[in-house]
Amino acid sequence: MKIAVTSTGKNLDSQVDPRFGRAAYFIIVDTETMEFTAVENADVDAGGGTGINSAKAVLDAGAQAVLTGNCGPNAVRTLSAGNVKLYTGLQGTVAQAVEQFKAGALKEASSANVEPHSGLNG
Amino acid sequence: MADMHRVETIAVASGKGGTGKTTIAVNLAFTAAQLGEKVRYLDCDVEEPNGHIFLKPDITSSENVSAEVPVVDPDKCTGCGKCGRICQFGAIVCLDGNNVLTFEQLCHSCGGCIRVCPAGAIKPGALAIGQIELGRSGQIDFVGGRLKIGSVRTPAMIKEVKKRIRPDRLSIIDVAPGTSCAVVETLKDVDFVLLVTEPTPFGLNDLKLAVDLVRRMDLSFAVVINRYGIGNEDAEKYCQAEGIEIVLKLPDDRRIAEICSTGRIIVDALSEYQQQFSELYEYVKSVKAEIDDER
Repeated sequence: MKIAVTSTGKNLDSQVDPRFGRAAYFIIVDTETMEFTAVENADVDAGGGTGINSAKAVLDAGAQAVLTGNCGPNAVRTLSAGNVKLYTGLQGTVAQAVEQFKAGALKEASSANVEPHSGLNG
Repeated sequence: MADMHRVETIAVASGKGGTGKTTIAVNLAFTAAQLGEKVRYLDCDVEEPNGHIFLKPDITSSENVSAEVPVVDPDKCTGCGKCGRICQFGAIVCLDGNNVLTFEQLCHSCGGCIRVCPAGAIKPGALAIGQIELGRSGQIDFVGGRLKIGSVRTPAMIKEVKKRIRPDRLSIIDVAPGTSCAVVETLKDVDFVLLVTEPTPFGLNDLKLAVDLVRRMDLSFAVVINRYGIGNEDAEKYCQAEGIEIVLKLPDDRRIAEICSTGRIIVDALSEYQQQFSELYEYVKSVKAEIDDER
């Protein structure tokens, strides 16, 4: 399956970006083949609505799960409407996050773990 | 051509909060009314209105204010996604298969989504954003806007309050502090701006921001220094250097603070200040005529 990992850089060795809405990149990874593409986040400097737009971006990329650090309520609502599973609290590299996901070590998040606009100045 | 119409709308603004905008606005309104002027006071500081504390108006009516937000009919939606693409605020997002989410708190009521929807699936709905109260305080008409708690639609609320400006009244508008969207919305199309400051480094810093704003908006303005005597002379020097007129210096008088802290009008309680506010009123009336003469 395809999953999206928020990332500070363009490859699997990049660090997980703790922010969902304002992540620098979304690394879209095929968990079977480990093939990946980096989607630049157009919303990284936007004023608001970044969580919603980022959720739409990962949905459009075909991701069925999101691995990130923090995620706010509007993004959670959008991901949930799109039936995308959400995992928060991830740290380390993108590759490490994917390995944890594949090992079944992650617990699905059911609600936002931060307030709206938490990714600003963060 | 010289249109000799007098000043109809005066906005009382400031860069810094707590400089005494409401103090100046209500005392100017009170003074103008005493001098026989037909006055309408409009509180456009809708996030924190406080003019009513001093004017104590008898409220005669109140109106609910709402803003337009999109309501999607899932039966008509084709899932084309045009609504989400035109929205600059992420307030509407079309996922797929008629799965459209709306986020009312992010919507700016531009109506773009409604217009671009090829299926006519989006209709305007109403989101409650606040209330306007109308009343009388002696001879003063009172209009108070109050944004609903949690609402972020400040400019929309201010627009509604400003619709209550009447051409046959001198409208004195209490503005929010700062130089934000709310202030810009309030200052649009006013005849004159009084910028209230205090003679402190903070006061001066924020006065400069406010002066920059009113100059960019091409508005006539003058400065009021409140609590004159505290701080330093930098605000005065700045005004002199910039050619900005200081039209009132209200001294740092403990009695004024006591009067304000109990919600009273200074000129009502301390007759010695009536002259200064009368002069302020005369100034504001005269300045527009001068501008019109120059046209």
